Amino acid sequence: MPSTRSAARPRRTGSPSPSYAVERFSLDNGLRVVVSPDTSSPVVAVAVYYDVGMRSEPEGRTGFAHLFEHLMFQGSASLGKTEHFTYVQGSGGTLNGSTHVDYTNYYETLPSNAAEVALFLEADRMRSVALTQENLDNQVAVVQNEIRVNVQNRPYGGFPWITLPPILYDSFANSHDGYGSFVDLESATLDDARSFFDRYYAPGNAVLTVAGDVSPDQIREWVEQHYGDIPGRDTPQRPSFAEPPLTAERRALVLDRLAPAPAVAMAWRTPDPADLATFLPYVVLAEVLTDGDAARLQDRMLMRDRSVTSVGGYVGIMGDALDARDPTPLIVEVHHPDETSVDRVLKTVDEEVDRLATDGLTEGELQRTVARMTARYLRELDPVMGRAQQLSVFEQQRSRAELVNELPGLLDEVTAEAVQAAAGQLRPDNRAVLELRPEGSS
Amino acid sequence: MTTTDTGSAQALQPRAVPPLGKPRSARLPTVADTTLDNGLRVLAVRRPGVPLVEMRLRVPFAGPSGKAGEPHVARAQLLGDTLLSGTDRRTASQIAVDLQSLGGQLNASTDADRLGISGSVLASGFPGMLELLGELLTGASYPRDEVVAERDRLVQELAIYRSQAAVVAREALLRRLYGDHPYGRELPTAEAVQGVTPAQLRGLHARRVAPGGSILTIVGDVHPARAVAQVQKALNDWSTAGKELVTPELPPRPDVPALLVDRPGAVQTTIRMAGAAPSRTSPEYAALSLANMVFGGYFSSRWVANIREDKGYTYSPHSVFEHPPAGSRLTLSTDVATPVTAPSMLETVYELGRIATLPVGQGELDQARRYAIGSLQVGTASQGGLASLLSMLVGSGLGVEYLRDYPKQLQAVTVDDVLAAAGTWMAPSRLTTVLVGDADLVAEPLSALFEVERA
Repeated sequence: MPSTRSAARPRRTGSPSPSYAVERFSLDNGLRVVVSPDTSSPVVAVAVYYDVGMRSEPEGRTGFAHLFEHLMFQGSASLGKTEHFTYVQGSGGTLNGSTHVDYTNYYETLPSNAAEVALFLEADRMRSVALTQENLDNQVAVVQNEIRVNVQNRPYGGFPWITLPPILYDSFANSHDGYGSFVDLESATLDDARSFFDRYYAPGNAVLTVAGDVSPDQIREWVEQHYGDIPGRDTPQRPSFAEPPLTAERRALVLDRLAPAPAVAMAWRTPDPADLATFLPYVVLAEVLTDGDAARLQDRMLMRDRSVTSVGGYVGIMGDALDARDPTPLIVEVHHPDETSVDRVLKTVDEEVDRLATDGLTEGELQRTVARMTARYLRELDPVMGRAQQLSVFEQQRSRAELVNELPGLLDEVTAEAVQAAAGQLRPDNRAVLELRPEGSS
Repeated sequence: MTTTDTGSAQALQPRAVPPLGKPRSARLPTVADTTLDNGLRVLAVRRPGVPLVEMRLRVPFAGPSGKAGEPHVARAQLLGDTLLSGTDRRTASQIAVDLQSLGGQLNASTDADRLGISGSVLASGFPGMLELLGELLTGASYPRDEVVAERDRLVQELAIYRSQAAVVAREALLRRLYGDHPYGRELPTAEAVQGVTPAQLRGLHARRVAPGGSILTIVGDVHPARAVAQVQKALNDWSTAGKELVTPELPPRPDVPALLVDRPGAVQTTIRMAGAAPSRTSPEYAALSLANMVFGGYFSSRWVANIREDKGYTYSPHSVFEHPPAGSRLTLSTDVATPVTAPSMLETVYELGRIATLPVGQGELDQARRYAIGSLQVGTASQGGLASLLSMLVGSGLGVEYLRDYPKQLQAVTVDDVLAAAGTWMAPSRLTTVLVGDADLVAEPLSALFEVERA
């Protein structure tokens, strides 16, 4: 086993790159496994990523991928309701799951003596989740309360991740509300859940990652023991969700009963994230525009014009730049007082983007932007769970977990010209604009 | 591959969950602990996971009670918000550019007890970060333009913040618990913010941002002795004599009914209950923290099992301790669907009464104990997690030994200890309740359970 005590050392030039160990194998049933040993702390992270997200849920079943994620915690062949939680937490671990546009993940961080327990628990529900009407009814109610607390009873709830996609996209897959309508949630049946599990939760549709204080040989033995006899089954071919680019500006308005002040989100499609060389300049561009007070839009709108309350920008509908497949947006989100009109906000953003597209970056601007992106990226990898998640998504979407180590180098290779060219693609005529206004205001 | 029936009898045969392996305990981090001539205490730990350095600085910043409290909160908030807005050598923009170039980020904020400056930086940028920190501590200039702009922005942000039910509930709860004490007022009023001047911020900084009693914690890819020397060099000029205030004693527990704040049309009721708790250094604390765990302190708790997993009333009930120096508190939080507000309170009071008057099961206790010990291990495995915890511990008068000693205290807790602690601190009659919801719909059902005062 290679020494991983100081997993991430600076390279001789450029940004520091980590050098985490990455080992992989797969089982006959199609399960892909990534192991990244690091013995510096006695903790382990176990993550399972299923290649299904909100985009794949059927029409009439909005919110189903997320509801199903809840059902995965309600028991399995060997475990009663709530036992998954009690075994993980009773081993000293923390756990969760989350549903994204392109994947659903389940993960635990535990003291390393519980590694086999976590592997067993994930295997048990991959083999056969236990589904009952009582648990389904209960979790529909829980999810509805999740939506109430995060959307319905909250100012700016779901803005813009739920409210923007219907403006930016046309297909059901890309545009629908991934949290789900209450009617659709209440219409969900056990048969829906069984067929969703059969179709999307096959071992061949999953990546299992173990990172931390483990021996890869031991992990392999446990994985073969606990997952080896899960029957393989057909895995669905992931459809293309691509949509033609926008050819004219699209605008829409939402009213918010709870919000005290207006906001606006602007979104443009990026190139297909599959090709990092053409995609990463857009990720860097979002940071050049909005990462902190030295960024273009903060400097202009907050520091100089003082026309807005806050401005932020990111790639990915959930800010998940490196976790989403095509199509995915670059979003600029601005909160502003009534006195600043939305047209002024848009005009200012356009001016700054134009300036970037015309004059390019200033001396040192790219280097400092990439320096902080790299630091932030490393900071996310340091906790063993952050690392396990990034390994999983790179392996699942790009068959290359090693990208965890390679990403800083790839960011270093992004050129000022490429960022400038990307800025040239953010035009008024290919964007979607969603305005939010307090309900009752003019 | 063939399709197989996943519901077959063989697939559903239960299997035994494997046992836990032999635990490997974390080594206690080695901490370089030095107090500089100017009174600043510096802690440094080598943790070379990634080439970054985490920094946490705590500066004592207690505020006054009563009338003087309101302007102080506004000044303190703006001091944190504009600390990075300029020095005698750099403009706000230069500071932002320099931070980004270092691969660093730095945030300042204040609460009723302290000014906290928290940051992280690429290891290569650590000296530059210290230099900037020293410059901010000794020469933050609070330029008029920046302060005026931030003042206006803060007023807008406060309006957005206060439109959230959780914020309305927290403000009402703290006011109810602590009245005019500094802990009763976390956020400034818009009026007080508008009245703050740059000269007041400079004055406040000169009087209060002092090294004496301050603690700087550094964790990451550093050599501790060298890091301390670098700090000494960079912060050598920080020599403000300072005027240290102590947070006043807390008022006695208020004898008041549950408060209902109206939020017409709300689809949920935001419920908060809180009461005094012992500090981390109290001999009862380990037992009480396990009692709270069993009650509602983690997912595998009774309260979650009852109102979420059994009844579906809520999404995320949780019960946590906070430890400000003048007095710790325990706070229960949940947001429940409006029609089940009273039933949710009924179950909550039932679970509190149960933990306070009946012994917990040995199995429940052991499970909570393993979680408490394990999550400490998980939480300190990253640079950022260790830095935040160590800074908090030392700020509470504890040391890194806590990571070794507290698990031992947890190991020793018995079922009787849990009952004694819960009976003293978690009885529903000891807690103060605030609800934010549609009063027309929830007031009457609630009044069947207890007296309700409408705000």
